[in-house]
Amino acid sequence: MNNYTLIFIIVSYLAMLFFLAYYVERKARRNWVKNPYVYVLTLGVYCTAWTYYGSIGIASQSGVSFLGIYLGPVIAMPLWIILMRKVIKISKQHKISSVADFISLRYGNNRLLGAFVTLTCLFGVIPYIALQLKAVSETFSLLSDRNSYYTTGILGDSTFYIAILIAIFVAFFGTRSTDASQGKKGIMATVALESILKLIFFLIVGIFVVYYLFDGTTDIYAKASQTAGFQQLSSLGGLENGFNWLFTICLSFFAIFLLPRQFHAGVVENQSEKHLAKAIWLFPLYLLLFNVFVIFIAWAGNLKLAGTANPDYYSLLLPLQEGNLFLSLLVFIGGFSAVISMIVVSTLALSTMVSNNIVIPYGFLKKLVEGNPEENANSIKTIRRLAIVLLIMISYFFYIQFSLQLSLFSIGLISFVIIAQLAPSFFLGLFWRRGTARAAKMGIAIGLLVVAYLLVLPIIVNAVAPDADVLNGGNTYWWLTPSQLLRLDYLSLESNAFLWSISSNFLAFVGLSLLTKGNYRERNYAEMFVNNENYENLQEGAFIWKGEAYVTDIKRLLTRFLGESRTTRALKLFNRKYDISESEEKADARLINFSEKLLTGTIGSASAKILLASVAKEKPISLVEVLSILEENKETKANNKLLVEKSQELSAMATRLRLANEELLQQDRLKDEFLDTVAHELKTPITSIKASSEVLEDEEMPAVLRRQFLENISKDTDRLTKLIHDILDLEKLSSQRAELDIKSRRISATIRKAVKGIEQIAAKRRIRIEFKEEAYLNGMYDEDRILQVLTNLLSNSLKFTEAEKGIIRILLEDKEEEIAVAVEDNGRGIPEEDLNYIFEKFYQSKNQNTKKPQGSGFGLAICKKIVESHKGTIWADKDYVQGARLVFTIPKGK
Amino acid sequence: MSTKKILIVDDEPNIVMSLEYAFKKKNFEVFIARDGTEALEIARQQAPNVILLDIMMPKMDGYETLKKIKENKLLADTKVIFLSAKSKLADVEKGLKLGADSYITKPFSIKKVITDVEKMIV
Repeated sequence: MNNYTLIFIIVSYLAMLFFLAYYVERKARRNWVKNPYVYVLTLGVYCTAWTYYGSIGIASQSGVSFLGIYLGPVIAMPLWIILMRKVIKISKQHKISSVADFISLRYGNNRLLGAFVTLTCLFGVIPYIALQLKAVSETFSLLSDRNSYYTTGILGDSTFYIAILIAIFVAFFGTRSTDASQGKKGIMATVALESILKLIFFLIVGIFVVYYLFDGTTDIYAKASQTAGFQQLSSLGGLENGFNWLFTICLSFFAIFLLPRQFHAGVVENQSEKHLAKAIWLFPLYLLLFNVFVIFIAWAGNLKLAGTANPDYYSLLLPLQEGNLFLSLLVFIGGFSAVISMIVVSTLALSTMVSNNIVIPYGFLKKLVEGNPEENANSIKTIRRLAIVLLIMISYFFYIQFSLQLSLFSIGLISFVIIAQLAPSFFLGLFWRRGTARAAKMGIAIGLLVVAYLLVLPIIVNAVAPDADVLNGGNTYWWLTPSQLLRLDYLSLESNAFLWSISSNFLAFVGLSLLTKGNYRERNYAEMFVNNENYENLQEGAFIWKGEAYVTDIKRLLTRFLGESRTTRALKLFNRKYDISESEEKADARLINFSEKLLTGTIGSASAKILLASVAKEKPISLVEVLSILEENKETKANNKLLVEKSQELSAMATRLRLANEELLQQDRLKDEFLDTVAHELKTPITSIKASSEVLEDEEMPAVLRRQFLENISKDTDRLTKLIHDILDLEKLSSQRAELDIKSRRISATIRKAVKGIEQIAAKRRIRIEFKEEAYLNGMYDEDRILQVLTNLLSNSLKFTEAEKGIIRILLEDKEEEIAVAVEDNGRGIPEEDLNYIFEKFYQSKNQNTKKPQGSGFGLAICKKIVESHKGTIWADKDYVQGARLVFTIPKGK
Repeated sequence: MSTKKILIVDDEPNIVMSLEYAFKKKNFEVFIARDGTEALEIARQQAPNVILLDIMMPKMDGYETLKKIKENKLLADTKVIFLSAKSKLADVEKGLKLGADSYITKPFSIKKVITDVEKMIV
């Protein structure tokens, strides 16, 4: 293919990525990036050119051992979820932006440790980036026309320009916000897209090779098995190889946490813990799909291209050999995608680490403290941009200088082994309180030295002086001979280095942690990391700090980095959250921790600590104090739980009390109403008596009238007497002091007596009274009292029925245990709304100010009391519509 | 002095009888109603100078009756005096707020009622 056409395709592809990143960043609705599938796809940044090309190379030379790198993450996925959840929670709580920040914070914002981790990552990742560039360069040259492609130094090397374009891309989209803990949605969207492209193109070429060039997998197997050395390529190897497998799996498991790009994609860019649930099956699936065709492409390459080409690039060369340029181009773009996504995310993560863990804490802090917010934001961005460009350039030169002799796979493994040195301090730090900063530094240092000696040295020596026999010893450079020392023959170079480095690292870390004691800060953060569930809710309160600081100083500091408005807003929220007065002058531990967290996102945890220490006079806290404060926090939590329970109990009790009180008030109100009515009822005859007596003073009054007034006075006096009698009677019945003479009596006889009592009045008004006697029906009752009831009911009926037309009926019913007596009439009846209340003391009507015509409302209340004292009931029949029908029951007699 | 008209509204005939006698003696033309509805009817017809109004009555209570009286522009000059056994301060205030000219609690002195009425219509 023409060189320029290829460059045009590459530039167009990059332009498309620029546009996508720009579009996603610009678009107000960027939420579609926040879905679990995008998250899983960005995790796919794990698959680089190493996967795309290197695996095939390994598979064609030494069999299936490449699979270990992908099996690690697959096998460990359930464990990954558990660890990730914890790591993500802690990182979000503390605004952590990189793995260096994470480790340095765990060990008390240790500045040197952060720098150490950053350097480790640089050592590990720069060769890795170089490897990616190497892949681009080599595939480019394979695909372009030999005639038109000449390498004339750096300036003539298209890889150089590609590297610069990538640097611009990352520098532009990766540093839009100074807060590095905020997600970079635009970049991550391009990474997700690239993950899709590289997988699809790889699958396409796999299908092409297996089903087009051959007749399926069995065909390839059959043909490949004829070739020499096939046995070795298809078997898993013996026990020795088993160890190699084990170590590779281990290595790759560490790598998916610790590789800066994996930490960035998996933790910093994680939008929701829920996304992990999708990742648990989708990510392994992604890795498996990626590896389905590797072995077959390798075998196919061995069959078709054996000896003529670099096996790393079989996937590209196979279609090319068949003349299928288009397919080769797809493979190239897939590989290019893998390269770009790796470089982009790695440099993004590394630049943050370099700026926040090396440049700012070690050189720029002073300048930043003096600068104004805008300058600071610009300085921080410039530092990161420079770091990005430098990183890519260094990688490029590394590639030019060193990587020509190395295979993709070997550089990848070196990278993994170096990064794995962070594992003891990272993983143990999550679960073991004792780990200290000094031990972590020592462990990493020792581990790195061992790696340098056992792995890097032999490779460099090999590369520089391939003929020298130094590696086998026997000359003056014997000490340079790793094989003489610590060499287990059956292990691969990488596994051997991993085994010894990680063990010495682990032992140094654990041993030193046990021997020494960290300062209070380390213990404080240890507690927070290990027990993060406990302190999750305590937030700022979990921080232990003693000393003196002024709010104004802290505010000034925050303003430098966050700007005036963001600082004011953040402090306002803080004050509101903890109910702290705006005028508070002294800062407390919570504010210190809150500010530290705010700054961590921008300048890293170590710098944040140093800056705050500059404005706050911190005093060391003894272990006893640390423990007691932590205990207190736990207690506070327990107490809070207790308090919540208590307050729930209290509010339940309060509700009960309120109901009881309402009941009492209701009774009180009824009593008041009763007294009111009594007073009113008593006042009426008294008023009449008083008025009559007053007018009687008039001596000119005619005798007839005088007699009338005197009669009125007499009647009102009777009325008054009766009222008083009724009130006392009711009171007696209510308090159950009434003595009843209960005997078995003939009810018909009692009813007859009652009828006789009102006969005269009824006759006068020509009202008929009907009663059918039941001769043998006996009831148990006090005759005087039941007579009182009957008289009352009959009088009511008389009052409410019309003269001449009225009929009053008395009915008896024999029920099993009792007798029911009903008094019904054809009068005006009882208004529906009054039906339920007519038996209440002094009930007059719904409207208190409107009277029932008969005056005293005692009658039915007394009847009710009497009937109830006979254990009977009294009610008004709601279904009777011709008039009123009142029914009461009394127990049956013998 | 022309004859003054007075309307006595109460459902207790004995009380009404005493008041009727006393005011007739003072040369009032006396009208009687036993409840609020009847009172409004008579008031509309006679436009009395004074109404003595009970509160606790059947059909329509005194407060309601007063409201209706106040709505009637022809009765704008009519003085209304409550005569009620309801003696709580809240009841008195309610009565006066509704626009009664006076509130006399039962039991009352007839002489005082007469003095109050005469004072009001001079």
